[in-house]
Order: sequence, then C-alpha cells, then structure tokens
Amino acid sequence: MIKIVDLKKSFGPKEVLRGVNLTIEEGKTTCILGGSGSGKSTLIKCLIRLEDATSGAIIVDGKDITKIRSEIKLAAIRRHFGYLFQEGALFDSMSVGENVAFGLKYLTDTPLSEYPKIIKEKLALVGLKDVENLNPSELSGGMKKRVSLARVLAVNPKVILYDEPTTGLDPIMSDIISDLIIDLKSKLGVTSVVITHDMHSAFKIADYIAFLYEGEILLYGTPEEFRKTDNPYVKQFVEGSSHGPIQMKLKKD
Amino acid sequence: MTRMFDQVGGAADMVRSSVFWFTHSRFEFHQAAQQSVTIGVESLGVTALTSLFTGMVLALQAGNTIGNIFGEPIFVGTIVTFSLIRELGPVLTAVVVSGRAGAAVTAQIGTMAVTEQIDALYTLGTNPIRYLVLPRMFGFLLTMPVLTLFSNLFGVVGGYLVAAYALGVPGEVYMTDITTFMDVNDFLHGFIKSFIFAFMVAVVCCYKGISTRGGAEGVGKSTTGAVVTTIVLILVLDYFLTAILTAFGI
Repeated sequence: MIKIVDLKKSFGPKEVLRGVNLTIEEGKTTCILGGSGSGKSTLIKCLIRLEDATSGAIIVDGKDITKIRSEIKLAAIRRHFGYLFQEGALFDSMSVGENVAFGLKYLTDTPLSEYPKIIKEKLALVGLKDVENLNPSELSGGMKKRVSLARVLAVNPKVILYDEPTTGLDPIMSDIISDLIIDLKSKLGVTSVVITHDMHSAFKIADYIAFLYEGEILLYGTPEEFRKTDNPYVKQFVEGSSHGPIQMKLKKD
Repeated sequence: MTRMFDQVGGAADMVRSSVFWFTHSRFEFHQAAQQSVTIGVESLGVTALTSLFTGMVLALQAGNTIGNIFGEPIFVGTIVTFSLIRELGPVLTAVVVSGRAGAAVTAQIGTMAVTEQIDALYTLGTNPIRYLVLPRMFGFLLTMPVLTLFSNLFGVVGGYLVAAYALGVPGEVYMTDITTFMDVNDFLHGFIKSFIFAFMVAVVCCYKGISTRGGAEGVGKSTTGAVVTTIVLILVLDYFLTAILTAFGI
C-alpha cells in the first residue's frame, strides 16, 4: 500500500501540487485523471523521486520515502517500481533486446545466459515477436510503448506507474494497451497507477479513480461512483464537454 | 548572474556525485573504453590537420621575422617546439576536442535528457552519473593527453617541413635547436595543462547535457553553450595555469 499525505510540489513560484492525499491499494489499478497541466505526471514522478516533493509524505511499506537522502537507498526503493514513460524513453543507442534486458543487469543477479529467454518471454507478454534486433527508431509508437512495457516487466516490479499509456495511439492500439494493463494485474498481481485523460480506457481498467484538479484530489472512488457523480467538475471532464466550471487556459502561464 | 552560479553549483554537485559513484560502484569499463575510442577517433584527424598547419605557420612567421632582424632564420626549431609543447599543443587540442567530441557528448546526453531516457536510467537501477558521465570523463582524461602528444608531433613535423623546404634551414639544425633547449619540464608543463583541460571539458559538456531542458531547441542551446563555455574557459585557464606552473618552476 502506498499512502500519499498532503503532498506539495512547487516549481519556483508555481505550485503544481497543493496538498494531495491519496491511498493506492495493493494489487489494484488506480487511475489518476486530470487535464493537461493538472500535475498528474509530477505526482507519479514524486512517487519514485524523479521529482522531489516540496513537503508532505509518501509512505511505502511503512517508510516515508521523501526523507531518504542516500542515493543507494533510493535505488533500492526504486527497484520495486516500474515506470512506463509517455514516449517510451527507449535507449536509442541500443537494440530492442538490449533495452528489454537493461534492468536485468542493474537490478537483478540474472546470469547473462538467461537474458535471451527473458527478452523473448517479456516481449511475448506484450504481444511482440522477432523484434529483438531492431532499433527503437524502426518501431511505431504503439510498438515502442509495448517494448518499453516489456523492459519494465523484465525486472518484475511490484508497482507499475503508467504515464499516459494510451496517449497518441489509435483507438484499437489504445484498447490493446488497456487489455494488457488488465492482464498484468490478473496474471502478475501488480499494483498499477495509471495517469490518463482517456476516459474510455480509465473506465475499463480502473478499480479506483482519483480526479486531480489544480493540484488537489477532487474526487476519489470506483468507476461506478464516477459515472454517477453530481460533482460538476468531474462530470464535465467525464463527459468531455467544453462547457462547465473547468475553463481551460489557452495560454500557458 | 544567478543562473551562472546555479550552473557552477550544479556542475560541482555533478563532480561530487561522480566521485561518489566512482568509489561506490563497479566502474563501467566497457562503456569507458568505448567512449575513449569514440572521443579519440573523432578528434584525431582534425587535431592532426590543425597542428600540422599551426607548426607550419609558426615556422614561417618565426623564420621570416628572425631572418629580417638577424639576416638568417635561426632558432626556428626552438621557437616552434616551445610554443607547441607548452602552449598551442594542449590549447588547440582541447579546443578541437571540445568542438568535436565535447559537442557530441552534450548533444547525446541532452537528447537523452529531453526524451526522458535519463529518467529511465534512474528507474532501471542505474545512476546517469555512473552510467553516462563517469565513462565520458574517463574518455576525455585518457585521450586528451594522448591527442596532445600527437598534436605536438604533427606541429613539429609541420615546422620541419617549412623550415627545411621554404626557409632553407638544414634538418639537423632544426632538430638540434629542439634538443638543446628543451627539457622534461616543458613536456610536463603541457601534459599537466592537457589533463586539466580534459577534466574541464568533460565536466562542462556532461553537465550541459544532463541539465538540458526544452526539446530540440534546448539540445541546440546546450550544445552551443557547452562549446562556447569550454573554449572561453580553456583560454582563461591557460593563462592562470601558465602563471601557476611557471611559479612552481615547471
């Protein structure tokens, strides 16, 4: 279980997270919804300390990870997490196979001779075959995301953080990725945190949904509760309407 | 101004972190060897060409000036070799390496930073300082002194060609002029400089890369920033290093 307590994060004078309180249940999929610039990415980057929170606490297995200073202890915490980056973040100087095996070298004691087997197995898990020797630049957007997911899965993380897994993909590929996330939960029992603004995918995969608006959690509940809510902000977002209390800023401030 | 201090602080922090990872993790020998080869091979051709012509022009200028004053071109070998080994060898090599390999390092690390590949390194159990910066630092520290040696050699050969074929100085005289007046300290002077330049180029180029933000435009800015900063620092450092080393009798 991960407990986020009154988490705040500012970039200079701009307060992105204004006291987030959220509990992420073990073995469940929690979707964090929110518009662009609502602080979703910052929130999950704080979870593995790619960003340092300004104040507040993140309790993982009873320990507050925001207080850890040692780089070695930090690496030990990060090994429980997998992170699927929005654009895949595959290493472009390496082949697909080397990318998938990368974490094995640094996070596990797996002997080198087992790498090819694991690479094949994890790529098969995300529905890819015979791509080991390709370069990331030869892959389509959807394939990149799947290879990136295989790279995450190779090290068997307990928690997987997905940064907009379906953004930029066609509807069919989006659905394939959503199915994969559901599959991984049932097959491997991983805890998933998915940030997204894809309502269709969120309703399909989520056990719980949290709606992040202007740096705070406005509503937390099951997908059913979200469908029935009277909260005008959430309602507008779920329906995807331009009319309502949420006024999108057309200019970045 | 604040930004400059921020950057100096950031770079210092990177050096501290490099020392930490150097002493607390297995060194990436494979990466370091690969980087040394890349940096060395990338820079060797340009280094050779620039030093050859620098040696040639030094000989031509020295020969003509001394010829006008004394009636004949004497001590051409001494002037060419002194200037090269103590000053121009290390400085020119550092400038060439920074423009060639340094820019490439910043662009590569910078691209990794803006495409979240650096963040991905953290999540996959390795630290970017350990995986990217340390091997490149090693590469610069190993190759720069070696390239400086080559640069000196090519410069002396360039000077020889001009002295022998354009100024009519006999080859043996050119060589005696060198051996009579040079000693080990002159080599040490240039060697220490090239080492310090190598460290500085590595730190600036890696730091500019790691701190890159803002997409393709950011990568461009960091890369030019890295080259301009290193070239200015090379020339400024060169003066102070000369002053300090000379004070120590080197």
